[in-house]
Amino acid sequence: MKEESQIKQEREQDWRVSLRNGMKAKDRIAIPRVQMPERDARIRSTNNEEVNLGLTETQAMTEAQRCLDCAKPTCMDGCPVGVNIPTFIKYIEVGNFPAAARTLKQTSALPAVCGRVCPQEKQCEAHCIHLKMKSTAVSIGNLERFAADYERNSGCISVPEVAASKGIKVAAVGSGPAGLSFAGDMAKLGYDVSVFEALHEIGGVLKYGIPVFRLPNEIVDVEIDNLRSMGVKFVKNCIVGKTITIDDLKADGFKGVFVASGAGLPRFMNIPGENLAGVMSSNEYLTRVNLMNAASATSDTPVYTGKKVAVIGGGNTAMDSVRTARRLGAERAMIVYRRSEEEMPARREEIHHAKAEGIDFLTLRNPIAYQGDEKGRVTHMQLQVMELGEADASGRRAPREIPGKTECIEVDEVIVSVGVSPNPLIPQSVSGLDVSKWGTIVVDESSMQSSIPMIFAGGDIVRGGATVILAMGDGRRAAKSMNEWLSKK
Amino acid sequence: MNKIISKEIFSENVVQFEVEAPLIAKAHRAGHFVIVRVGEQGERMPLTIASSDVQKGSINLVVQKVGVSSAKLCALNAGDYITDLVGPLGKATHIENFGTVLCACGGVGTAPMLPIVRALKKAGNRVITVLAARSKTLIILEKQMREHSDEVIIMTDDGSYGTKGLVTNGIESVLQRESVDFCVTVGPAIMMKFVGQLTQKYRIPTVASLNTIMVDGTGMCGACRVTVDKKTKFVCVDGPEFDAHQVDFDEMIMRLNAYKDLERGAMQRFAEQPEQDRPAM
Ligand SMILES: Cc1cc2nc3c(=O)[nH]c(=O)nc-3n(C[C@H](O)[C@H](O)[C@H](O)COP(=O)(O)OP(=O)(O)OC[C@H]3O[C@@H](n4cnc5c(N)ncnc54)[C@H](O)[C@@H]3O)c2cc1C
Ligand SMILES: Cc1cc2nc3c(=O)[nH]c(=O)nc-3n(C[C@H](O)[C@H](O)[C@H](O)COP(=O)(O)OP(=O)(O)OC[C@H]3O[C@@H](n4cnc5c(N)ncnc54)[C@H](O)[C@@H]3O)c2cc1C
Ligand code: SF4
Ligand code: SF4
Ligand code: FES
Repeated sequence: MKEESQIKQEREQDWRVSLRNGMKAKDRIAIPRVQMPERDARIRSTNNEEVNLGLTETQAMTEAQRCLDCAKPTCMDGCPVGVNIPTFIKYIEVGNFPAAARTLKQTSALPAVCGRVCPQEKQCEAHCIHLKMKSTAVSIGNLERFAADYERNSGCISVPEVAASKGIKVAAVGSGPAGLSFAGDMAKLGYDVSVFEALHEIGGVLKYGIPVFRLPNEIVDVEIDNLRSMGVKFVKNCIVGKTITIDDLKADGFKGVFVASGAGLPRFMNIPGENLAGVMSSNEYLTRVNLMNAASATSDTPVYTGKKVAVIGGGNTAMDSVRTARRLGAERAMIVYRRSEEEMPARREEIHHAKAEGIDFLTLRNPIAYQGDEKGRVTHMQLQVMELGEADASGRRAPREIPGKTECIEVDEVIVSVGVSPNPLIPQSVSGLDVSKWGTIVVDESSMQSSIPMIFAGGDIVRGGATVILAMGDGRRAAKSMNEWLSKK
Repeated sequence: MNKIISKEIFSENVVQFEVEAPLIAKAHRAGHFVIVRVGEQGERMPLTIASSDVQKGSINLVVQKVGVSSAKLCALNAGDYITDLVGPLGKATHIENFGTVLCACGGVGTAPMLPIVRALKKAGNRVITVLAARSKTLIILEKQMREHSDEVIIMTDDGSYGTKGLVTNGIESVLQRESVDFCVTVGPAIMMKFVGQLTQKYRIPTVASLNTIMVDGTGMCGACRVTVDKKTKFVCVDGPEFDAHQVDFDEMIMRLNAYKDLERGAMQRFAEQPEQDRPAM
């Protein structure tokens, strides 16, 4: 994160001052928010092309004009990594796109990813001054995506400078956003970094979870190649705690380990019929389709292509599953969620996109049982109708059953997407590691250091289910403090 | 990428591979398995580690050809590379000197049973192995089983080899003549179900090694879930071995059949267009 004084100083540069004064705030606010162009919903719901098409240069520069370049940029308080928002947006306004991309890279390791998947309406954009003036927030996410895409498409991605080698080995366990951003920062500092990944693909949830119509694989691959060119080594098919232990790493000369093994354990609801054939976790469904390419005719991995598919849950994972089912030919693709649409944790944009693609939203409904045919294939789901009561601890109104009110709906595939638990492999395989009762690794919040000094941790394994940007921020903080800790030794 | 050091053909449909995998060899205990993937469009397929050699840094896999993925693997030769190989996975088998142990296997369970038989023998047990198949040509690994068992009983459905009858007939013949302390069974779910029912009647503690459908093999997807003692368990991390008297085999059979039609389709494609579908090497 940048110093406040530096951000101020940048704001006082001549070009910024004259740009700011060149247009009245009133006129800036009067510009309507630029809409992200998207593929036609009828066509896109039958293919895997990215839904959002990206802003054109003119659109981006117009949207950038809306930003008031605030003296107190409250938007930055909403960004977990403190992206220097006004500076990068003002670079876009003057058409200096490479400088905008460079500004983003100072704080965010994966701007092309975050611009696409951050829940902006709850983070940066929720704090934009425009909202206080009854206007719509500046599209910070869309602009971030624009700048990062511009840099990537220009073909001259700046590989960050790498300090002289320190000859010190450090490891990241897991190659999701937390592990990748840790690796990038440590490589910049001159460490010899190895990233160990259990699966046969690098990228964590960015690859096996989030579908390509929302986050194309090439974007993640470019970032991974970038890290490779900075000297980061990737070891696939290696499960730390099984193939090798942290003690093995230590014996092998590794001085610090950052555990970023994510939240990989799917939760089920333990209701009758949940083990029928055709009922599966969203992890299984998305892994088959995204990691194993199961929808392709050349893939050996099979996947169901149900015609009446119900997805249980209201988060991003649920939206991704239901939209995938639609793309695989579901005639009726349903979201079943026990609260109302307002309480859904998914990104607003994904809910809008899902609706445009013809997804049925069965809200205030909770499954209580599944029935199957004589072959054990699911055929029906029994739903309990709910209503909203008082607000609970999370501030959301708690759903409660309306006694006796149930519904029976025909289904031939059910995808359970009611959350995940932390991956237990590392916590189980390291003795003396402090673990919470939820199975997350306990760390010092500012340094990300665990109860074992050489082990740091971050991302979903520490937070339970969180977001890409929070995981990334953890990786960066862990890199900073591991460097300090190793330098003191 | 893991190099195949050598290949030994046990029979038309059964092959043993020695594969370079130094880290897995070091971490391996009896009962562990690996997940392999052949080719960039390959499926992730679980296989039991038959044995390992820490000095050579290698593991042995015994593979029976049943569908596309196993056929693609069996088509590889010494010097070829397996695209992906990860492990060791699952919990190690609990091996001790029980006394007299009955090992009942058949079909797809014969290959994964071999290392268990070997480990039990090494621990000092008297090992009686019942090897079952539909007919003579489908009896595999007989020689290897004989090497590590005190007695091998062969059962065929059609009586073309050994004794005519089912695996349970073979087991019962032993139970009627001597006392058995422990039983292990690996094979088609329906077979394990009946073995469990029989040994329960005789009150013999019995372990079944479950071969459910798997995707990741690390506890991430839940494809491998089974109900044991009314609780949902993940075979890849909680197993693969469970108390055969507590497993809900009917549910397991149902779930195993879930992808049958899709698998048949894949096999047909593989058979019709072998060249195009073959993994790039
Ligand atoms: C379908 C889906 C959609 C989502 N959509 C969004 C979204 O739109 N916006 C958003 O901000 N967030 C979203 N999230 C959440 C976000 O993806 C996660 O919070 C984030 O990926 C967590 O990052 P991580 O690095 O902690 O872990 P992960 O991305 O989970 O990566 C962990 C990696 O570690 C590997 N691993 C685990 N154990 C071991 C081991 N023992 N040895 C070696 N490797 C190991 C795993 O295989 C995995 O690759 C979504 C999640 C899912 C599942
Ligand atoms: C923990 C574990 C360890 C295993 N160890 C070994 C081993 O050491 N050697 C070995 O040869 N195999 C082993 N298997 C089984 C092996 O993984 C499967 O045979 C393989 O995945 C089949 O893939 P395929 O694409 O070739 O066949 P598919 O196309 O998937 O299947 C073809 C047909 O074979 C039958 N079949 C496939 N898999 C199974 C199964 N798991 N149980 C019962 N019937 C099945 C079905 O009738 C199916 O329709 C193991 C399985 C598990 C879960
Ligand atoms: S990283 Fe995410 S929260 Fe931060 S500015 Fe970018 S889109 Fe907003
Ligand atoms: S709060 Fe809104 S207007 Fe102000 S600097 Fe941030 S994005 Fe621009
Ligand atoms: S195979 Fe995925 S959880 Fe067991």
